[in-house]
Amino acid sequence: MSFHPPMEYSPARFHKSERKLAEPGGEFKYTPENQAKFDANVARYPDDQRKSAILYALYLAQNQQGYLTAAAMAHVAQQIRCTAAEVEDVVSYYTMFFTTPVGKYVVNVCRTLSCALRGAERVTEELSAAIGIKPGETDASRTFTLLEVECLGACDRAPVVMVNDDWHECLAPEQVRAFVEDMRTQGRAAFTGCHLNKETK
Amino acid sequence: MTYEPVLTKYVNDPDAYTLDAYLKNQRGYEGLRKALTLKPNDIIEQVKASGLRGRGGAGFPTGLKWQFVLKDTPKPKYICCNADESEPGTFKDHVLMERNPHLLIEGCAISCYAIGAKVAYIYIRGEFYHVQEILEAEIDKAYKAGYLGKNILGSGFDCDVYVHRGAGAYEAGEETALIESLEGKRAQPRIKPPFPAAAGLYQCPTAVNNVETLCNVPLIVLNGPEWFAGIGPEKNGGPKLFCISGHVKRPGVYEASMHTTLRELIYDHAGGMLGDRPLKAIIPGGSSVPLMLPDQLDTPASFDAIQKAGSLLGSAGLIVLDDTVCMVWLAMNLLHFYRHESCGKCTPCREGCDWLFKLLARVEGGEGQPKDLDLLFGVSNNIIGKTLCAFGDAAATPVLSTMKLFRAEYEAHVREGRCTLPAPWRAAHPMLVAH
Repeated sequence: MSFHPPMEYSPARFHKSERKLAEPGGEFKYTPENQAKFDANVARYPDDQRKSAILYALYLAQNQQGYLTAAAMAHVAQQIRCTAAEVEDVVSYYTMFFTTPVGKYVVNVCRTLSCALRGAERVTEELSAAIGIKPGETDASRTFTLLEVECLGACDRAPVVMVNDDWHECLAPEQVRAFVEDMRTQGRAAFTGCHLNKETK
Repeated sequence: MTYEPVLTKYVNDPDAYTLDAYLKNQRGYEGLRKALTLKPNDIIEQVKASGLRGRGGAGFPTGLKWQFVLKDTPKPKYICCNADESEPGTFKDHVLMERNPHLLIEGCAISCYAIGAKVAYIYIRGEFYHVQEILEAEIDKAYKAGYLGKNILGSGFDCDVYVHRGAGAYEAGEETALIESLEGKRAQPRIKPPFPAAAGLYQCPTAVNNVETLCNVPLIVLNGPEWFAGIGPEKNGGPKLFCISGHVKRPGVYEASMHTTLRELIYDHAGGMLGDRPLKAIIPGGSSVPLMLPDQLDTPASFDAIQKAGSLLGSAGLIVLDDTVCMVWLAMNLLHFYRHESCGKCTPCREGCDWLFKLLARVEGGEGQPKDLDLLFGVSNNIIGKTLCAFGDAAATPVLSTMKLFRAEYEAHVREGRCTLPAPWRAAHPMLVAH
C-alpha cells in the first residue's frame, strides 16, 4: 500500500538535532584527580581497547565543567587515542551528555507509561510553572534545566524525578512547588528517595 | 501454598546490602566455594538441568547459552551482565543490585568460572548512579575478602568484576548493542550471526546475561537443580521477580513462583486496584508485549502460560491499567518512548516509529482521519520482522495490540474529533508533543 500521507517530516524540535556544540573557546584539561581516575578506569579494559573507557572519560569531563565543549571532546579524544569525530559520534547518541550549558540542577521527569499513569504529566506542568520554563529549557539564572525523559526504571515509585544523579520518588503534583523551593534553599537535602512497597490510596 | 522468597527475602533490612549480612543470612559465597570444587562443565550441566531461563525478556535457557560459548579458542572469554534495565515497567534488577549486590557478584564469579572467563563487566544504565555507588563499594569489599581477584579462595581461579556505566540508551539492553556500547561505540545492534557466544565483546566468545539470571546461579549451585526446578511449573522453574506498577495500591517488586496467577499478583501481592476501580487491561511483560484482558486474569504468570494466552512474560513488568486509561493515549505514550529510543540503524524502525507516533498524536489530538487507522496498521506491519533486533517488533506491538482489542476507541476518536476518555491524572494542556 502507498505510504505518503501529507505529514510534516522530522520537525526541527527534535531536541538532539537542535543541540549546538559550544564554541571551541577555553582550553580543557582534566584536573590531576580526574586524570588519575581516568588512568585507573582505562586499565579495566584490554590494552588495545582504550575506547571502552570513552563513556567514563566523557562523564569525567562533563562533571568537571558542567557540559561538554568541543575542547573537552578533543581532550577526551586525545586520552582515548581516537579522533574527535569518533567522540562526537558517541556524544550525540547518548542522552546523558550535554553539549550546551545546563542549570545547576538538571530536573529529569520520567514521562513513560507507569509514571504517566500516576500523574507525571501534571508533575511536569507544575515544575514548569514553579520554575517558569518549558521542558527542554534552562532558566535565566542557570539554576534549573527541565527535561522530560523516558522510563527511569523505578515505576513502583512513580512519578519519579531524577535531579542530576539523585532521585526523588513518589512526587505528587501537589508537592512540586514545595520541592522546587526546597531545592533552591536546601540543595541536595531536598531529595528523598522513598522506600519499596509504599502503600497508596 | 506459601512461598518463601530467596532472592528478596532480606531486601527491606537496612543493612541487607552489606557483605556481613549476606554471609550471615544467605549462606553468602558458599555457592562460589562449592562451584570452585566442581568442573566448569558440571556447573553448566547443573544450570541446564535446573531449566533456568533468561530473566531479561527472551526466556532463553541459560545453560544452553553458556554451552554455546566457544571452548577451543586462544582468545579470552567474557561475561557481560546486562544491568541496563530500561524496559518500561521493569525495575527488579534495580532492587537486586541496590539491596542484594553480593548475590549478583557471586553469580558473576561462578558464571565466569563456568564458561572459562576471567572478567565480567556489569553494564549498568547511566541513570542508576546511586545503585552503581553501592555496587562498586560492595565489589571492593568482595575483593578485600578474597571472593574476587587473584587465586580466589585458594583455588587458583582469577576473576575480575567491573561496573561499566552506560549513558542513557534503551537499545543498550539488546545484547549485541550492549557489547557495542561496552566497546565505546553507539549502542546499535549487530547483524547475527555471529552470535556473542562465538564473537562478542572484542570479537571474543561472550555470554550476556541479565542481573536476575546471574543472581539465580549461586542458588542453583548451592541447592541443586532439582530444588530450583521444583519451584514453579515444568520448564518455568525457579524464583521469579514480578514488577507491578500502574493502577494498583501497592506497586513494587514481588517474588513468587511462576505458578502464581496474574489475579494473585494484582489483587493479593499488589493489594488490588487503586481506588477499587475496574481493571481494563494488563501489560504482563514490559511495554513491548501484547495487552491482556481481565478475562485472562487466571493465567499463571509463567513464560509458557502467558505465551499460550497470546502475550509474553518478557521482563515480568506488569503494568496494570484501570478504566480511566485511553488506549490511543497509551499507544501514543509508548510510541513516544520507542521513537525516542530507536537507535536509528534500521530504516523501518527509525522512520516507522516516527510515523506511528505522529499518526497516534493526530488521532489522540482529534485530527485523525478514518484512513489513519489503516495506515497505523500498515506502518506497524512494515516494521515487524524487518529489523536487525527485536526493537522493531516491540515498538509495533502496542499499536497492533491496542488496535486489535480496542479498535472501537480508535474509531470513536476519529468520529468525534477528540479524545473520548480524557483521564483525570493527565495534564489539562500537556506540553509534550515531541522531543
